[in-house]
Parts: sequence; structure tokens; C-alpha cells
Amino acid sequence: MSDDHHHHPRTQSPIEQRVHALEELLVDKGIVTHEMIDEFVARYEDDIGPLNGARVVARAWTDPDYRDRLLADGTAAIAELGYGGPEGDHMIVVENTDEVHNLVVCTLCSCYPWPVLGLPPDWYKSAPYRSRAVREPRALLAEMGCDLPDEVEVRVWDSSAEARYLVLPQRPAGTDALGEDELVALVTRDAMIGVAR
Amino acid sequence: MDGIHDFGGMEGFGPPAVEIDEPVFHHDWERRAFGITMASFVLGVSNGGQFRHSIERMDAEHYLGSRYYEHWLTGVATRLVETGRVTIEELEAGAGGGFPLSRPVASAGVTVPEPGTDVTVGDEVRVRRITTRGHTRCPRYVRGRRGTVVRIDPPSSLPDLEAHGDARRSEPIATVRFDGRELWGEGAERAAVHVDLWLSYLERVT
Repeated sequence: MSDDHHHHPRTQSPIEQRVHALEELLVDKGIVTHEMIDEFVARYEDDIGPLNGARVVARAWTDPDYRDRLLADGTAAIAELGYGGPEGDHMIVVENTDEVHNLVVCTLCSCYPWPVLGLPPDWYKSAPYRSRAVREPRALLAEMGCDLPDEVEVRVWDSSAEARYLVLPQRPAGTDALGEDELVALVTRDAMIGVAR
Repeated sequence: MDGIHDFGGMEGFGPPAVEIDEPVFHHDWERRAFGITMASFVLGVSNGGQFRHSIERMDAEHYLGSRYYEHWLTGVATRLVETGRVTIEELEAGAGGGFPLSRPVASAGVTVPEPGTDVTVGDEVRVRRITTRGHTRCPRYVRGRRGTVVRIDPPSSLPDLEAHGDARRSEPIATVRFDGRELWGEGAERAAVHVDLWLSYLERVT
């Protein structure tokens, strides 16, 4: 974390000048403090990220009762592991199988399950992803390195209202000997969005 | 509104640019814009509908040509000016130049759909042709299209009202499953697309 925002760097781009101007104005008026902003940044840059979701997935892979609870009431099952908060108040978990592949998008803005995945990557918020995920998901997935057999059904979930979606990927073959902690390391953010198997 | 933000099904954007090991923020100004916006929610500057609509009202070319957190900055600055907390003159003086804000809320044509009828899982529904110039969470690509209700979520505040005043209407949200061919025609990819829609966006197919 840098303290650059407390000082005026020598040359700033127009967007840097605007952000700096707004922050200083709000602080001068006593509306916000630098520390308030620092705290939000630290929480979402350092504390909350896809490792949370990976723990949820690994638990579901190793505990069939937990998997059942996760699919029945995602919010409650995720809260069992201590995760919740903004953009995670109504969690729906969708399960990949040999027959079904799930893909999550927000065509209207960038809705994303923050408590389990953190803040979304640029591509998730981009025009290419948001426009094409609902129209040509198979072509899009193939371009992103996820080739699906023709017989696999694709289910796209457009997060247009209050629910936030997490994909429960399939447990990789050959991992029977691994424990929950080792499995956590195998779970990727992309698989939990549905752009990887 | 039929704004630039409503990307579903648009063509011409090409492949997504995926960055390996992407950082949470790419620039320090993105950190600050994120934090300012989060603080603004705590301070009650905007509710969710108001904030989303402030971004939807950005000039379309500005929206397309700017990074994501510039959308947030523009939206939050617009809301701060509209709620009288800061002035555009103060912003421009601080920035040492222009500070583009979003366009004003439409002065006419901001409408709210009539309450819909109850639906249950398995019902066939058609999405109403929502035509408001205000905020809505009914994406353009499903309007007029038929689908099947697969889940009902608990009542929640209708964004079309929430973004434009003090009135509130709480309604269940139906998850509607659309066949790709219903949305995109016979040549469409085989896929099912699910969209979460407040009941006011729907009518039952009889």
C-alpha cells in the first residue's frame, strides 16, 4: 500500500487528477477520511479473495453433507465457513457435472460474489465478456481455453438481480488421496466463475 | 434505459483480454476510486439503483472508452453533485481541468411497470417490453421473450422505483430460463440462459 494519495505526485493523468481532487475535496469537507478509504481498499485487496471460495469448494468435495447444504442454501453454508457480507447476501451455488457446465456473467454491470471471490477481474467487467456470455457462451469459453464437448449442456446465469452465483466445479480425477487443504490449492477462480472446467 | 451498459448479446467487441495473475487494482487511482465509492454507500449518498443508474447515464462514448473504476468515479461524483455535497466548480478546480459527469436523469419517460402477477416454478412467462428512460434491471435481450420459471427468490425492492425516489415496492424475483434459440434465433448455440427478473417484468403466458 502506498501513501501517494496524501501528496500530489509531479505529473498526473486526467483521471488521477480527478480521483485525487474528489478525495481531497471530500476529506476537506469532513465527509470522508483517508483512513476510511484505506480500510475498504485493504479489505478487498488483502483480505477477501478467491481463496475463500476455494475453501468452500474443497469442503464440498470432501464432505457430502456440506455439499448438499451448499446447494440447498448457499448463503447459510458459506456462512458456516465464516464468509458473508456485501454482494454475498443471497448466494446460489450451481454444480458442474459430467452433463452440465455453468457460467456466470452480469450483462448489465459487474455483479459478482465478493465474499467468496473478491473483486472481479477486468475481463469479467468487459464488453466482450458481458456481451457474448449470453449469446455464444461455447465460442467464448473455447476462446478462453475451455473446450466443452458438444454433449455437455451449458447453463448461463446472468446476475441481473439480488442473487450472486458461485460455480461448484467438478473434483478433478485422481485426487482421491488428497485432503481438504491440498484440494484448496487446486480450485481456481476461473473454475468458480465457469470459464474453466 | 436502453443504455450502453446493457451489453447482453451485442456484437463487435471481439475476444476478452485475459491477463494472467491480474492484480486487484491496476493503478493507485483505482484503489482510491473504489474506496471513495464504498465510503459513499456507508454515507448514504446512493442506494444500489441510484448508483447503477448514475453509471448508466454516462456519455456512451465515455463509458466505452474508460476503465471500470472510472465508471465508478464518474457515478459517485455525479451523485455527490446531485445530492448537493460538492459542486462541479469545486471538482474542476481541484482537478485543474474538466471533470465529466453523467447526464441528468431523464426529465420525461421514467416509468415503472405495473405490478405483475404471481408466478410459480414451472410457469411459462413472457418478459414485458419495458421501455423506461430511467433505471431498470430488465435487460434488453430478454424483453418480449418467453421462458420458464425455475426458481423464485424472496421479495426485494424494485430497482425501477428505488433509483428514482422514496417510493418502494417489494416483489419476489423469478429466475427465468430462456432457450438460446428463443433469444437469438434458430442458428443459436445450444445453451440455456437464466435471468433473474422482478415479477413486474413478467407476464404469464396463457
